[in-house]
Amino acid sequence: MDDRVDNKRRRFLTNITAAAWALGGTVAAIPFVRSMTPSERAKAAGAPVAVDISRLEPGQMMTEEWRGKPVWVIRRTPDMLQKLTGIDDVLADPASERSEQPQYAQNPHRSRLPEVLVMIGVCTHLGCSPVQNFVIGPASGLGEDWPGGFFCPCHGSKFDLSGRVYKNVPAPTNLVVPPYKFLNNTVILVGEDDGGTA
Amino acid sequence: MIRVLNWVDERFPIRKLWNEHLAEYYAPKNFNFWYYFGSLAILVFVIQVVTGVFLTMHYKPSSEHAFASVEYIMRDVPWGWLIRYTHAVGASAFFVVIYLHMFRALLYGSHRAPRELVWLLGCVMFVLLMAEAFMGYLLPWGNMSYWGAQVIISLFTAIPWAGEALAEWLRGDFVVSDATLNRFFAFHVALIPLILTGLVVIHILALHAVGSNNPDGIEIKKNKDENGIPKDGIPFHPYYTVKDLFGAVVFLIVFLGVVFFLPEMFGLFLEKDNFLPASILQTPPDIVPLWYFTPFYSILRAVTYPLFGIDAKFWGVVCMGLSIVFFFLLPWLDRSPVKSIRYRGWMYKTALTLFTISFIVLGYLGMKNPQHVDLFLFPNLVWAQIFFFVYFGFFLLMPLYTKWDKTKPEPERVTFK
Repeated sequence: MDDRVDNKRRRFLTNITAAAWALGGTVAAIPFVRSMTPSERAKAAGAPVAVDISRLEPGQMMTEEWRGKPVWVIRRTPDMLQKLTGIDDVLADPASERSEQPQYAQNPHRSRLPEVLVMIGVCTHLGCSPVQNFVIGPASGLGEDWPGGFFCPCHGSKFDLSGRVYKNVPAPTNLVVPPYKFLNNTVILVGEDDGGTA
Repeated sequence: MIRVLNWVDERFPIRKLWNEHLAEYYAPKNFNFWYYFGSLAILVFVIQVVTGVFLTMHYKPSSEHAFASVEYIMRDVPWGWLIRYTHAVGASAFFVVIYLHMFRALLYGSHRAPRELVWLLGCVMFVLLMAEAFMGYLLPWGNMSYWGAQVIISLFTAIPWAGEALAEWLRGDFVVSDATLNRFFAFHVALIPLILTGLVVIHILALHAVGSNNPDGIEIKKNKDENGIPKDGIPFHPYYTVKDLFGAVVFLIVFLGVVFFLPEMFGLFLEKDNFLPASILQTPPDIVPLWYFTPFYSILRAVTYPLFGIDAKFWGVVCMGLSIVFFFLLPWLDRSPVKSIRYRGWMYKTALTLFTISFIVLGYLGMKNPQHVDLFLFPNLVWAQIFFFVYFGFFLLMPLYTKWDKTKPEPERVTFK
């Protein structure tokens, strides 16, 4: 039996074992980390939704579900559309330059038809669903100048009747407008437009 | 009996462990009321594990069945209501105990050298406890569960570039869904309790290596008798085991009183919106996290100004993160030559009082609508912004005021009447 120790060889073997474990451990983590990403089933869900607005009266709003999120359809009155003008200085992104919407909704009324607004009812701050507050003025509880719009109960973000965000509230951008198209005068298909399915 | 013990002892160091951590672990003899909360935290942890295991026998972690299975536990499972209420109240009790446990450190300087590692381990456990409570709150799949999870996971989207992908990875879906519920269940019942158990053991081992602090903030190991036993130390067992068991009885009387008579605590422990099943289309009108998160939630909401061209949303999340990170840094922010509040000057006393007030007020404001006026003069948001600065001032100015503060001389031996 030889008692001599080859330290160089020992150190080399220790290091290479450690390196193999580090590499193997990292590679082994990949399937576990990946397993937590959205599954194929979750990705496949989310087909476009048809919304019938024939019974939606002017000044009213309805909510539908698309991809697990509330989608709002609001039929605005001429008076409500009038309220969209002259408030640019209190809005954070009045021309919707930093916000998410299809090309055809990048206008003050943020919609294809001025009176019919389609929006995802999820606050761009932290994902709560804002509530409608179409009452005008102090009776709304949101100040004398309140022209009607949406208020997020979670963190107090305010949006106008086009979903445009106010200044000095936590939400950074306007409410998102999904792709949509009119199938006929009274049915909207949410989640798909002429540019394809979202 | 002795023979059995001897047999075991030859194969496992049972006597050595018993002596090192109980019979011959010398703790300062001047512990007071504030020293109950460490052992009470262990008691509540055990209560949560036991009730949790029995809830798991009846609960179904799926978005379709979760809400109904909780109602099933409440109505049809024999004594199910008691087990569930104990678990729900236990969550709040855990935070009461942990906040008082942490406050004790601020009073007597238990976080300072040589106990920094004990403190850091405790801070990690505190963060894990918050994760555990947050994930557990999703499981009943009530409307507040759902929207609470929605908001907290959305916090991650504030991180530039990677945020959206990270939030999707956490949810396992594009919105909070069945996939989210299922993984939260896995974390809540398996992973986090497992890590917490390990950390509790390390926390106690680290404490027993350096020895317990005491209300005078002086080291009892500096004065040892001829046998190497601290003159101001008494064996943990039987002295403090009996003291802690007595404290546990008092605690259990109060705790079970709440479980039996006020399990919802007027909506503080169980929110009314959580008695409705989760609805994707409707955020509860008054969405608030449970009371133990509201101070940090207030800080999140208080930030409404963009800075350096980045949204207020991002800075809100950063500030909320910092409000917890600063706890980790406390041992190094404090420059005072003394540890205990008994020998500190007016500056630290004032700072700690203001900090305690800011923590409570921020917690109160976090439950209220930011636009309303619930205190006086200003809306809640403005008050939150004022106390935001008080909160951070406590940490940021600490190196200065602890250095300037006039301290009293520490005694040679602990004060004991």
